[in-house]
Amino acid sequence: MARAAVRGRLNWMLGEVVELLDETPRVRSVVLDIPHWPGHRAGQHVDVRLTAEDGYQAQRSYSIASAPEDRRLVLTVERLPDGEVSSYLVGELRPGDSLELRGPIGGYFVWEARMGGPLLLVAGGSGIVPLMAMLRHREASRAAVGARLVYSSRSWEEIIYREELERLASGPDGPQVTHTLTRSQPPGWTGYARRVDGAMLAEVAWPPSHAPTAFICGPTPFVETVASALVLLGYPATSVKTERFGPTGG
Amino acid sequence: MAHVSRGFRGKRAKEREGDRLPPGQYLVEGFPVLSAGPTPHTPLEEWSFSIVGLVAEPKMWSWEAFGALPQEEVRTDIHCVTKWSKLDTTWEGVSIDTLLEGVEHHATHVLAFSDGDYTTNLPLEDLVDGKAWVATAYDGRPLEPEHGGPARLLVPHLYFWKSAKWVRGLQLRDHDEPGFWESYGYHMYGDPWREQRYAGD
Repeated sequence: MARAAVRGRLNWMLGEVVELLDETPRVRSVVLDIPHWPGHRAGQHVDVRLTAEDGYQAQRSYSIASAPEDRRLVLTVERLPDGEVSSYLVGELRPGDSLELRGPIGGYFVWEARMGGPLLLVAGGSGIVPLMAMLRHREASRAAVGARLVYSSRSWEEIIYREELERLASGPDGPQVTHTLTRSQPPGWTGYARRVDGAMLAEVAWPPSHAPTAFICGPTPFVETVASALVLLGYPATSVKTERFGPTGG
Repeated sequence: MAHVSRGFRGKRAKEREGDRLPPGQYLVEGFPVLSAGPTPHTPLEEWSFSIVGLVAEPKMWSWEAFGALPQEEVRTDIHCVTKWSKLDTTWEGVSIDTLLEGVEHHATHVLAFSDGDYTTNLPLEDLVDGKAWVATAYDGRPLEPEHGGPARLLVPHLYFWKSAKWVRGLQLRDHDEPGFWESYGYHMYGDPWREQRYAGD
């Protein structure tokens, strides 16, 4: 087991919001300038802390979307129904505001170019965020590592990073990107239109003989289905790394 | 002096729940799932629970023998390091005190080990005197695999990653050594009331 421990205390720091990008109707990217950011690895997350005027505080974790090579830290946040922190980040936050956070956190669900591949990334909804950091890192480091992304969204409009993914996929040595749209499809859609299942993965994922490393991120039922299907396809359980989230307040 | 987030007011769950929420936590009604890899599915006929390490004689129970041990009902609040807390959860399981009855040892710490190569470290004193169980049922039903079934450790006074899912045994030791998440920067002890989330907290 790798013992890439973070041993110093993770102190709270302030970042300045320099830009807000609407990714989809419910998802926004927060671009931050953090003077003493210690650096991160693709797949890690941060804790964000909000403080009201009377001292009341709320904390949540958000995946980092930017590559380690990027000058600014990007968090991509989905507004959850009744989400205490996400509704503030998606609805209230403005450029020029300061945001308190600490990190980077997590050392298992990470990918660095030197870890090699090939990479199988399987995302459900906003589970794309830490996987996008990996694709951005792969691009920025020009890693000669094959990558395939299987990305499940409810509709065409809800695909996060859609244009950037198209651009990455069309580049030389770009990742193979497979979308599936589970609720509605645009006219003329010829791609998958169902939840990710074993048959789909057998068609588009690396065969286990390529010894891929798989990263799965999405809601719990999605992660359970995909991880079990990959193990059935012959992926060793130790090659399948998972990160889960649920719509539980956020 | 804390930074004030312009325009933030919050939902104030903490105020509604009095003093039952540790700092930085929020309440959930559902039961979120977190784990690092695929959910293991060990058949019950292959399952066993062991006490090994610095013991005069290791012990092992089959699923059947484990079920024949005295079972306790536990009603408790649980707190996950990812910030959610759930109040009044109900469990059934075997107290660690029961499992350690008659075990001769001079251990100070424990490494709990699980299917899927998961481990977590705890001081032994945090597992005894009615503070910890190996739980096999949740909310009146057999524990679901994604929540750690057939059996998980239950140490509710520490962050919930210490309550190792798919637990298969305890290794008794004379020193503390990081388990899985602890080796990735999470706190060695993990007291939610002191907000010991990460190393150095």
